[in-house]
Amino acid sequence: MTVTKAETLPVRSGDDVVRVRQRVRALAIEIGLGLVDQTKIVTAASELARNTLDYGGGGDMRAEIVQAGMRKGLRLTFEDQGPGIADIDQAMTDHYTSGGGLGLGLGGAKRLSNEFHIESTPGAGTRVTIARWK
Amino acid sequence: MDRIPILKLGGALIVTIQVDMHDRLALALEEDLTAMIARTGARGVLLEISALEIVDSFIGRMLVSIAAVSRVLDAETVVAGMRPAVAITLVELGLELTGIKTALNVERGMALIQARLAEEEDGRGGDRDRHEG
Repeated sequence: MTVTKAETLPVRSGDDVVRVRQRVRALAIEIGLGLVDQTKIVTAASELARNTLDYGGGGDMRAEIVQAGMRKGLRLTFEDQGPGIADIDQAMTDHYTSGGGLGLGLGGAKRLSNEFHIESTPGAGTRVTIARWK
Repeated sequence: MDRIPILKLGGALIVTIQVDMHDRLALALEEDLTAMIARTGARGVLLEISALEIVDSFIGRMLVSIAAVSRVLDAETVVAGMRPAVAITLVELGLELTGIKTALNVERGMALIQARLAEEEDGRGGDRDRHEG
């Protein structure tokens, strides 16, 4: 798998979350995703960006256009240096929330993506990677 | 600060969300709408969202919250015009718009609200259990 394009955006304010959505939409269009797939990856990105902001204390998103053979995909990595998640299985459960949210962020983002990966170290931060393939 | 305009049409309030929602805007809308329901005695709120490219759990929570507060103030909320791609994504996300009526477009949304207003017009003077207890 090769990375043909990469960029990093800050996720430090509500306005940044809006910019992340707009950028992810543009990249999804660039790799030729259809309207429903665009909407899914933008929605997943919005959930993860908000988690980064609300629970991780801010961080950034790396967006990459990746190519595997003939297939193109969009891979997004959200990273923060926040408190981390002690129990990932619990955090992935629908309607579980440590804050004031609906608790759909992680599970929802996973359902809206083709690939989902999460790593978290308590006290060090969290990294969530999702991908959607054309 | 930016604010989303609220229009009054008869016994209904109409809000068209045309911009990308962020936290402050969502909170301001909820406050403005609540104040407007109290001031006008509106019985229906139509939220037109055909311009929204996504509805994530944050926006979903705002819609549910507006509907819940409106209901306490005796107004019914109808969300109209959701894009098909947004509807598909919302279901996959697992978001339930509890307590919210939906309509395909503004026309059908207004019909729902007007039906409620007409029903109450007919029932005036009869038992209105809403005000009891």
